[in-house]
Amino acid sequence: MVKLKIDNFEVEVKEGTSILDAARSVQIDIPTLCKHPDVDPSAGCGMCIVKVGGRIMRSCCTPAAEGMEIITNDAELQEIRKTVLELILSNHPNDCLKCARSGQCELQEMAMQMGVDRDEIRKILAQKEIDDSTQAIVLEPSKCIVCGRCVDICQNQQNVWALSYLNRGLPTKISGANDAKLANTPCIKCGQCAAHCPTGAITEYDDTKKVWDMLKDKELVTVVQIAPAVRVALGEEFGYDFGENLTGKIYAALRRLGFAKVFDTNFAADLTIIEEATEFVKRFTNKENLPLFTSCCPAWVDYMEKYYPERLPNLSSCKSPHQMLGAVAKTYYAQKAGIDPEKIRVVSVMPCTAKKWEIHRHETMRSSGCQDVDVVITTRELAKMIRQAGINFKGLKDELADDPLGEYSGAGTIFGVTGGVMTAALRTAYFYITGQELGKLNFEAIEGLEGIKAAEVDINGTKVRIAVVNGVGNVEELMNQIRNAEEAGEDMPYHFIEVMACRGGCIAGGGQPKVMMHNLPKPWGINDEIRKLRSKGLNDEDEEAKNRLSHHNASIKQLYAEFLGKAGEGKAHELLHTKYRQRDLYK
Amino acid sequence: MSDVSQAAQIANKWRKKRGSLIMALHEIQDVKGYVDWQDAVDVSLNMGVPLARIYEVLTFYNFFKLEAPGKAVISVCTGTACYLKGNDKVLEKFKSELGINEGESTKDKMFHLQSVRCVGCCGLAPVCVVNGKTYGRMTPEMVPEILAEWRKTFEEE
Ligand code: SF4
Ligand code: SF4
Ligand code: SF4
Ligand code: FES
Ligand code: FES
Repeated sequence: MVKLKIDNFEVEVKEGTSILDAARSVQIDIPTLCKHPDVDPSAGCGMCIVKVGGRIMRSCCTPAAEGMEIITNDAELQEIRKTVLELILSNHPNDCLKCARSGQCELQEMAMQMGVDRDEIRKILAQKEIDDSTQAIVLEPSKCIVCGRCVDICQNQQNVWALSYLNRGLPTKISGANDAKLANTPCIKCGQCAAHCPTGAITEYDDTKKVWDMLKDKELVTVVQIAPAVRVALGEEFGYDFGENLTGKIYAALRRLGFAKVFDTNFAADLTIIEEATEFVKRFTNKENLPLFTSCCPAWVDYMEKYYPERLPNLSSCKSPHQMLGAVAKTYYAQKAGIDPEKIRVVSVMPCTAKKWEIHRHETMRSSGCQDVDVVITTRELAKMIRQAGINFKGLKDELADDPLGEYSGAGTIFGVTGGVMTAALRTAYFYITGQELGKLNFEAIEGLEGIKAAEVDINGTKVRIAVVNGVGNVEELMNQIRNAEEAGEDMPYHFIEVMACRGGCIAGGGQPKVMMHNLPKPWGINDEIRKLRSKGLNDEDEEAKNRLSHHNASIKQLYAEFLGKAGEGKAHELLHTKYRQRDLYK
Repeated sequence: MSDVSQAAQIANKWRKKRGSLIMALHEIQDVKGYVDWQDAVDVSLNMGVPLARIYEVLTFYNFFKLEAPGKAVISVCTGTACYLKGNDKVLEKFKSELGINEGESTKDKMFHLQSVRCVGCCGLAPVCVVNGKTYGRMTPEMVPEILAEWRKTFEEE
């Protein structure tokens, strides 16, 4: 521990704590623009300066030391900070009126906080082309303040290496290598760059207009589904606390928007578990293509196809839940309701930008005979639509989802959080192997934000070794473990592995809200505190659910009995499974 | 091994050394005069460095050229004297005739166009230099003639 004095407060913090964090521990909020706890500090912006014994230093990257005397705020510091900000603003377009991040932008907030009321320094704006080639995330480099977050996230945290800085000085530009369009780079569309960008320089590709057009068209039957993670995050956009589960209100809002049917991806998560547990039990019994990797995260699927094509036979052939729902909606539901599938449109509300890419990733995404899922919008886009429609979200009464694709178990809901898919699958696989239910339905060892979590589960005397990875940047280490074991001729370290590309899982996906809650500690947008609260929202729903097992979902049983037949075979296989292929890193 | 590119050989040489990426890129630039996409890919594969990193380095320093220059390097002087005497129009003419921008080469790699600061013969302004040969009192009309002259030279070679 070290003791120091910050603005006359005695502070004691752990060694290595930055001055910035030490100050926050006594409710002093030093302004920052580049620092984010998920990334290595770039010390790029210079907003966080403080005086340490009279010397001006950057508080985000200077560790607190014994006996320091720090001033965080005086007239001179304010002056310098304002000038630093004005310099940044002199290279930034005044585009707030038409910017997707307006109202939730850290730069805009800082300008307001510092009382910027004119262009103090003559603007020099470099023309930089917008890149929307991925149709999942959009780069608008002219709005970039070169904080370094996205580049660190993409290169060091996600280990994808799609984004980089080109040039230096004013022409500096976030871009793919050699100015390649992002769609031609290794980018996996995880959207973590967008989740961390303080400005509107990286946002999701806006598909709301497509949805409005569908809703307007009276010839169409437009149905909607929401992913698990959406229900514990959307509320943030309307003033609710982090992690509050608002499923009933969201259903109500969707009906008001004009969707003909409100379905739930959680239903399809249960369906995924039936298929995936069946697949696992088969592979485990026959000892083929182990370890089995989960496949519900399209960013991870994309990563595997690009970086580990030799392991593709190990990737579960199950589609992700919302794709399964799309396929079932345009076959089973269409039949039941007597609607021409050509007239049905399926909209998925997802926490995820990669899902926008997924709906076109392979021919099997048209297994119903038409496009299985027509449009994906993110949680942020749904919030926008609700505001555009003039719906007072807070005042809405809870409603229920529609049959036959609305019922779900607690296992379905935890799909949105790291460890959840594995937990759900094990509950059902255990039942398939033993004919009995698991005594304890949770596996503590695979909960939480640790990058690679491992556990051993005893099923009828057989030890099943499982691993759970969150943050696709941790995959390399896992793959090395597997390779080393193979080379040494040892047992396969794992039989079953869950991967989610985003740290914490989909609850912290690239399309989740990034609101600024002024009563909450910074940083805004996303951090581990928010990850934990949203995860808790989903875990609580599971704990409290009447049914916590996918294989006891009555609507799912009915779906197999009336329509699909046997899991993993025939029609089920045709509609609910996909194929993979190697993809080049650069096109 | 003739199917291993120059860039790959250089990359291999530097593979295990510290701070070696920039040294490898320097050496390729020295030997070839440029580091193009294929060279960068070879470096990436042989040194295990992502392409994104390589282009961060390549574009950070003005020193690196990212493509093979054309056989004829056309330098249009935009120093004060030449500029005042209308060399900007000559530059525009070269651009439209060749269909390229400054700093680019034609697809057939025949011509590379660049603008330079005072080449030291202001008396002849406006001035262009093509592979060391100086053309004075330039007008846009002279541009097609100069291009034709160099095309002919290359054909005869
Ligand atoms: S979406 Fe993910 S992979 Fe693509 S550039 Fe952003 S962080 Fe990198
Ligand atoms: S795009 Fe956003 S996150 Fe990336 S460097 Fe620029 S401002 Fe920072
Ligand atoms: S972890 Fe979830 S939100 Fe993130 S990329 Fe994967 S599916 Fe999308
Ligand atoms: S330099 Fe510290 S927050 Fe940017
Ligand atoms: S300005 Fe062109 S030669 Fe001097």
